[in-house]
Amino acid sequence: QKVSVEVLGHLEHLALVDFRDSEGVERLRKAIQFADQLHEVNTDGVEPMDSVLEDRCLYLREDDVTEGNCTRELLENAREKVEEYFVAPPGNIPLPKLEEQDAFLQGS
Amino acid sequence: AMLRASLRQVSAALKEGRVTPTELCQRCLALIKSTKFLNAYITVAEETALKQAKESEERYKRGQPLGILDGIPVAVKDNFNTAGIETTCASNMLKGYISPYNATVVQKLLDQGAVLLGKTNLDEFAMGSGSTDGVFGPVRNPWSYSKQYKEKSVPKSHSEDEDFNWVITGGSSGGSAAAVSSFTCFAALGSDTGGSTRNPAAHCGVVGLKPTYGLISRHGLIPLVNSMDVPGILTRCVDDAAVLLGSLAGHDPKDSTTIQDDFKPFELPNLTDLSKLSIGIPKEYHAPGLSSEILALWSKAADLFKNAGAKVVEVSLPHTRYSIVCYHVLCTAEVASNMARFDGLEYGHRSDKKESTESMYAATRREGFNDVVRGRILSGNYFLLKQNYEKYFVKALKVRRLIANDFVKVFRSGVDILLTPTTLSDAAPYMEFIQEDNRTRSAQDDILTQAANMAGLPAINVPTALSERGLPVGLQFIGRSFQEKQLLTVAKWFEKQVQFPMIQLEEVKRHDSCVLQHQKSASFS
Repeated sequence: QKVSVEVLGHLEHLALVDFRDSEGVERLRKAIQFADQLHEVNTDGVEPMDSVLEDRCLYLREDDVTEGNCTRELLENAREKVEEYFVAPPGNIPLPKLEEQDAFLQGS
Repeated sequence: AMLRASLRQVSAALKEGRVTPTELCQRCLALIKSTKFLNAYITVAEETALKQAKESEERYKRGQPLGILDGIPVAVKDNFNTAGIETTCASNMLKGYISPYNATVVQKLLDQGAVLLGKTNLDEFAMGSGSTDGVFGPVRNPWSYSKQYKEKSVPKSHSEDEDFNWVITGGSSGGSAAAVSSFTCFAALGSDTGGSTRNPAAHCGVVGLKPTYGLISRHGLIPLVNSMDVPGILTRCVDDAAVLLGSLAGHDPKDSTTIQDDFKPFELPNLTDLSKLSIGIPKEYHAPGLSSEILALWSKAADLFKNAGAKVVEVSLPHTRYSIVCYHVLCTAEVASNMARFDGLEYGHRSDKKESTESMYAATRREGFNDVVRGRILSGNYFLLKQNYEKYFVKALKVRRLIANDFVKVFRSGVDILLTPTTLSDAAPYMEFIQEDNRTRSAQDDILTQAANMAGLPAINVPTALSERGLPVGLQFIGRSFQEKQLLTVAKWFEKQVQFPMIQLEEVKRHDSCVLQHQKSASFS
């Protein structure tokens, strides 16, 4: 059961992580195969379980400011910053499709 | 020198002035240096540790120690945030990252005067069962250098590197387990998502406690699977684990998944009457690949309880074998989400690519994560695709309920504690372990520990006996939700019965002139 190139490309775009080589793709194939064992289990009428603590009320804090003023500490670990801003390269530029990607990532 | 003592013993010694916190800290630091070949520590916080020790000493002088943990050297797995100290998760992604805050559990330890020696090694982002896949290299099991293991090793014909035969610690909290096992600290924090505290505890011959989900705060623990992660406790004896639990458990407003019930720290009673105790032996834990040695030990342990008057019954947890598959899907899905925060903008590694945010993120993640992490992210994203969501992710959530219900049914039938093996065999030699890839290994090794995470139950590894190869083998007790006192009480009784032998490390002997406690020579196997 192969995973199509479109799906592979789609996954790389979603994850912003690359398969790198055929080994990576094979790893995914094996992972899917492994996960397919789930279908042996009859789950008719079973509700999904999000949390083992589902019978309890989630704790919510009061909406009060209790800490903050730590701009300096928070900025310390960022590599690129200007004044109190994190600096990012321009957005809204999509990554090239899977086929073109290797060349893209290796270039410039 | 009291490095081999238990935490409670050394705490008493500190109180009585038989040793000072500074002396203790210095000895531990020296031992860390001389056991560097174990690669248990990623960062040793020498300066701050000595400073903390000095402050502790002042408090003892004034007769005002903060409590039983004051002055006690501890180590913390490198996926917990520690203010001012590098936190790497053994990944290139966080190399050089200095945490701006302490994880709640770390803060609690420090507030009680514990001395933080350093951050221990792990599998990258806690993904793995060997502590072999971090960027700082694998952790070596201290038992590889024990007299007990060396005696049983077949001498190699060619002269060499006796290091060739060294065995893994198990994982992913291998560094913490090795640190406790080699006497460099009296307790260590690990994390447990699929067995990551209990597995290395079993391989390194130490006590590894996985508390009930929701009992101990995860705030500051870099998350792997939010619905299963818990901080784990590694110590040399069950009483020490109870002490740590007492200091760490309780509601944290910063972690909304911690329960709000009052937690009362407890001391463990000495069990004498087992007649009201019911021990369950889940037959599905006789998993394929379980070594005959461990099977025999498990059986012997069951008999031990029976002969002491407890009711021992075979029980069934029918969905056990799907736990690992379920985990695989849920874990990769949560990982895909949790790892999305690493984009190079606010912290961690950042690639030089500037063309676009997307290309910078992609290159950063390509450079920062190892194959294991990237593989899980991609698999997780696959299972979360619209066309796969119901089929895999929701399906796994349903199977999770079935697994959790299996336990509920068994506990409802009158069983108090489950007794199972912790691992399929003793620790493998590193060269053998790396023959298989991480996912295969994890799938094999987590089989006996994973279900407890799925159901959120407390579980503990108790070192039981040495294998034929001279390596530790442990057994696991699984308890009811939030019934840690009962779980630990039974574990303590068992620990006392088996008298697990102390590791005989040649290196340690040179630094330790006074051994506080001798283990009895009678052993369980």
